[in-house]
Amino acid sequence: MAHPKLEHSKVISGLTASIDDLENVQITDLYERYPDFNIDVQHEQELLFGADIVVWLHPLYWYTGPPLLQQWIDLVLEYNWAYGHKGTYLKGKYLFNAISTGGSPEAYSATGHHGYPLKEFLLPYKQTAKLCNMVYLPPFQIAGTHNITQEQLHHEINKFKALILHLRDSSNISDLESLSFLNDFKQ
Amino acid sequence: MENGFLFQAIIYLSAAVVCVPLAKKIGMGSVLGYLLAGIIIGPYVFGFIGEEGEDIMHFAEFGVVMMLFLIGLELEPSKLWKMRQMITRVGLSQVLVTTLVFFGILYFMGLGWRQALTISTSLALSSTAITLQSLKEKDQMNSAAGRNSFAVLLMQDIAVIPILAVLPLIALAATSDVDVDHMSPIAQFSGWLQTLLVFGAVILVVVSGRYAIIPMLKLVAKTRLRELFVAGALLIVLGIAFLMEMVGLSPALGTFLGGVILANSQFKHELESDLEPFKGLLLGLFFIAVGASINFGLIGENALMVFAATLSILLIKSLILLGIGKMNKISIDQTLIFALGLSQVGEFAFVTFSFATELNIINAKTTEILMAVTAISMTFTPLLLLLNERLLLPYIGTKEKEEKPQDEMDESNKVILAGFSHYGSTVGRFLRANGIKPTILDSDSDRVNLLRKMGFEVFYGDVTRTDLLEMAGAREATILISAIRNPETNYRLVTLVKKHFPHLELMVRSKDKREALELLDLEVPHIYMQNLESAVRMGKDVLVKMGYRAHTVHRLAQDFIKYDEDSMVELAKVKNDKKAFISTVKKSIEIQENLLSFELNKRFSLNDHAWDSETIKEGEEKDK
Repeated sequence: MAHPKLEHSKVISGLTASIDDLENVQITDLYERYPDFNIDVQHEQELLFGADIVVWLHPLYWYTGPPLLQQWIDLVLEYNWAYGHKGTYLKGKYLFNAISTGGSPEAYSATGHHGYPLKEFLLPYKQTAKLCNMVYLPPFQIAGTHNITQEQLHHEINKFKALILHLRDSSNISDLESLSFLNDFKQ
Repeated sequence: MENGFLFQAIIYLSAAVVCVPLAKKIGMGSVLGYLLAGIIIGPYVFGFIGEEGEDIMHFAEFGVVMMLFLIGLELEPSKLWKMRQMITRVGLSQVLVTTLVFFGILYFMGLGWRQALTISTSLALSSTAITLQSLKEKDQMNSAAGRNSFAVLLMQDIAVIPILAVLPLIALAATSDVDVDHMSPIAQFSGWLQTLLVFGAVILVVVSGRYAIIPMLKLVAKTRLRELFVAGALLIVLGIAFLMEMVGLSPALGTFLGGVILANSQFKHELESDLEPFKGLLLGLFFIAVGASINFGLIGENALMVFAATLSILLIKSLILLGIGKMNKISIDQTLIFALGLSQVGEFAFVTFSFATELNIINAKTTEILMAVTAISMTFTPLLLLLNERLLLPYIGTKEKEEKPQDEMDESNKVILAGFSHYGSTVGRFLRANGIKPTILDSDSDRVNLLRKMGFEVFYGDVTRTDLLEMAGAREATILISAIRNPETNYRLVTLVKKHFPHLELMVRSKDKREALELLDLEVPHIYMQNLESAVRMGKDVLVKMGYRAHTVHRLAQDFIKYDEDSMVELAKVKNDKKAFISTVKKSIEIQENLLSFELNKRFSLNDHAWDSETIKEGEEKDK
């Protein structure tokens, strides 16, 4: 989870809080843990190695994640650990982005304000997953966060929690790959 | 000569104002400056003051009185207890051995045992003022030499009490016809009664300290009038001094005791800061008086004898101290500083000699000569230390430069690090951990030896010497780091480097904001306030514990540090030229005040709009 100012956030902090106490779900609050961007690479790699599913939970700023997430990717996904000839430690694990955007769902389309669908902006993350031999799932998105109502937000947060529980408990989740957004999953 | 008070004061003050800066300018230290001032205005050069030496000595004694009160204040019993081993092993042995040796010599020279004992005890003592001042100016207070010197001086301060208490007893044993007119008010009593009264007075000081002085100070403190507190402090010192004179004891001794008793009270620091300027000025006058009291007529007549006596006293005391240093396994360089620093006869000798004369233990002429010897020995100390530093230390013990194979010496380091205390060593270790090996300069020989063993290239000596800097490669280096704590040394180093090695990039540690302002004045480009980062870090951790987000706090802290440093630059611009005269405490308070009011105006935390979606929402609302 990466949010540079979580104290001002409703969406990301709400999503985080909803899954905070769940068993077998571990959250790393990157900006709290590494306020000076000095990432403990070995610790992060150990966490990654122990996980089956990795979620990058973050707001979308300027069509990408916050800089500490990028720093984390740069440092933790080392050559010959995460990728490269001997880099097999992440092989077969699942990865997806859970994202909040200020813009509405329609804004992220060929005809919308931002000109491209969200998935295209997430191409670097998708290719990163591929290079690490991970399975990249569709994103979970909460859009239009500037005007979202309390009920809508509540609804989305519950959906997210259900998704995480589903991912945790289901024996087979490969059917999710065909969805366009994880928001659309059926329990 | 006119004896008007104003005229006298003007003579003293102008002599000090002219001579002390001159002496400092040519590197002699303030003590020598005052002594010179005294000689110049004394009866043998211009004769402005003191046709009779006694006048001046009386004046002078009050400086000592004040100084001893303050020394007493510093002597907390717990502090004494911590140093007990050093005090007994180094201090007590110095006092006893030196007294014994002098006693033996004088006794075999044909003096009576009373005279011999009186003189030898006085000669054993060293000058607190001169020694401490010299050590401070050389940055040696925390080295082995500094700590051991302090222990010896402490022991000597303590030794004064029995010496002065026993003197009347010695006089009694002399059974000479006592000149009652010159004696203290209790002189008509028998010797035993006198001694009893002396101890009575001491006990009175001890008891009243706890049950009269402290309650009085509490009362005065409640009025919240600063000048009244100063008055109270002076009253204590004068009161004790008066009481002591009544019983014929040295006022210095009494106030010293008073100081010790108040050392544990809550008023300790208040008293110290209030009396400090008085002490400084009076001590200056004391040294002037010492200079003026040197009887050049007498020295002229007995020149050979006086100088022979002075030199042999210096030699004997140094040798004994060297032996003590060796026995306590102090390294040879430190022992030299320690031995020469303490080799003079102290200001207490003036007190004990005049006291002994009053008691008719020694005659007036002997006293004159002894006082001359004392004054000359004091004058020699700064010179001896200077000679030691320039001529002796470079060749003995820790060498200035380590002899190394030729090939290694060719590699000159680009960075020079002056001062390897805790601060300096942290910088040095960090640099070395990352492959930069700075050339280190340090003035503590023990530390230098340790560092050399660990493979550092270290130059030993006073870092404010051009030749040492040159030897350390200041011409070829690019950066000079000063990690020195003493602001005066820093100041000298910076001016020296700016003059002789202008190509060096200066990076200087500053003890506090006040020093930072001075360094800004010297246009030092990189100033590091030593506590800033650690204090802000502490504040950061508190904010995180209070629930603030770590990264937000991290950004706030970086802003704050930058803001703090920027506002120092602002302060340096607005301050006016009267700053040199503002007392240090006041200056610090003023800086704090300015910083706080800057902050109130700026409210810089509110300017942070990073990742602020509220403003976007507001903007979008307006656009609709």
